[in-house]
Amino acid sequence: MIVSNFRKKEAIPNHIILLIFASIAIFPLLVLVFNSVKPFNEFGLNPLGPPSTLRFENFSDAWVAGEYARIFFNSIKLVIGSVFLCLAVSLLAGFSLAKLNPRGSTIIAVYLLVGISIPAQLYILPLFLLWKELSLLNTHLGLIIIYSALNAPFATFLIRSYMIRLPDELFEASKLDGANTFQMFFRIAIPLSWPVILTAGLIIGLAVWNEFLFALTFITDQNFKPIATILFSFQSRFENNYALVSASAIMMVAPIAILFMIFQRRFISGLTSGGLKE
Amino acid sequence: MNIFSNKNSIAWYFILPVVIIHLFVIGVPSILSLALCLTDWSGLGKINYIGFENFIELFDDRYFIKAIFHNIIWTIIFLTVPVAIALMCAYLLTGIKRGQMFYRLAFFFPYMLASVINCQIWKYLFHPIHGLGGYFSSIGIDFLASSPFTTKETSLYAAAFVDGWHFWGFLVVIYLTGMYQVDNHLYEAADIEGATKFEKFRYITLPMIRPVFIFSIMIIIIWSVPVFDYVYILTGGGPAYSSEVVANYLYTHAFVRFNVGYASAVGTLMFVYVMFIVLVFGILRKLGWEI
Repeated sequence: MIVSNFRKKEAIPNHIILLIFASIAIFPLLVLVFNSVKPFNEFGLNPLGPPSTLRFENFSDAWVAGEYARIFFNSIKLVIGSVFLCLAVSLLAGFSLAKLNPRGSTIIAVYLLVGISIPAQLYILPLFLLWKELSLLNTHLGLIIIYSALNAPFATFLIRSYMIRLPDELFEASKLDGANTFQMFFRIAIPLSWPVILTAGLIIGLAVWNEFLFALTFITDQNFKPIATILFSFQSRFENNYALVSASAIMMVAPIAILFMIFQRRFISGLTSGGLKE
Repeated sequence: MNIFSNKNSIAWYFILPVVIIHLFVIGVPSILSLALCLTDWSGLGKINYIGFENFIELFDDRYFIKAIFHNIIWTIIFLTVPVAIALMCAYLLTGIKRGQMFYRLAFFFPYMLASVINCQIWKYLFHPIHGLGGYFSSIGIDFLASSPFTTKETSLYAAAFVDGWHFWGFLVVIYLTGMYQVDNHLYEAADIEGATKFEKFRYITLPMIRPVFIFSIMIIIIWSVPVFDYVYILTGGGPAYSSEVVANYLYTHAFVRFNVGYASAVGTLMFVYVMFIVLVFGILRKLGWEI
């Protein structure tokens, strides 16, 4: 339902104000795009505008200088690993909280809700010492476990709120056919829940791709760093080579921009769902 | 609903993995931190119990007090500027038909970007020669002539600005969702009564989106506590502690100086404060505030 609390002719001032704010949101990104294809020697004369000639070699230069082949592989490994592990545990828990409701499971829901609001700074240092003991520092597995735990409460609640609306009759019918709980989970709950699986996967993937604090703390070996922290050190290494730095940034943004174009509604509803429902 | 009344144990096996991984990464280290805050441990060697000495020391630590003060400023900035702009934009968006989706995507997209990216963009734009400062000086205006990130008076506000620039689109979307649920008849009735735009906003829109609005206030207060990325990347807390925030202060003590006990005390205070805020909003909800 679209609320039209303005008459049509009044819409023009709305557009003017909205356009001003839209350009505040978009102009900085546009400058980044311009700079990523700007020849290095043009920066002095034309720092903000579009480039006079397009220089796509900035990307290949940055790719080589930053050794991005390996770094992208690191980030993709972290994203895929975390999405799989986090979805696996969250689907199991979400299904149980939605459809099985074992006695006392509200305690778990409350624990996970509290878990969402604990500031990372409370536990990051003991976690670091624990990871050191377990030799999980500077490993991708260590970070995948952390990312899965960080995103699991959100994913569990998202999945739970979806699965709770699946009709009970389906599960009861399959129970009469002799299906056990695991079969119901794999044959009914999972196939019917692919929309929420996709949404949760996208949001977890985005969070892992962008994550900074834990990547900074738990991976200090250059060879294992993901793109977010590499970009941070790259920025100081090539401080004045804006062409290279901007091209690197665009390489990190591009996958998100493409996925956002395809799945805008899923991203928006997934990222704002935490607030709008319990 | 209970499909398997007698199969409680299987249901618990389904929940177990998430609980184990969460306890392992967040639960147990949090409890450890709550215990370590009463010690003077340095990460190695003996652990001595020293009672509340860390806390006594903290409240004497003028850098910590400064950091708390900066977090309060940060919270106030976020409770006012992005909230006001987002309310206005969401309200204006409900008044147009064309371009809805375009604006929504434009506002929301920065929220999806990594902190490193946003910081890099604004570091460049605030660069005194290459960025906006250079542009303004070329047309003869002395604006942004030095980077606001390295100026003592502005560093905190500049970092908050970049974080806010990235965040406000999120607020637009959640306010908009709330506004779409408002019954159109209310506005029609107000039109008949001859209400102005502002009156409609004040007496219809705002009360009707109260649950979403109060939720946004709560998350802003909670999210302003662990603010780290934007300060760490843009200013590192400097110059001269002028943009130091609690999370960055903790990070320095934890990973540069390895004061485990002291850092845990800071973390404990952050946790207690956040739980207090959650509790306050929980009580308000119980009191029938319709949150």
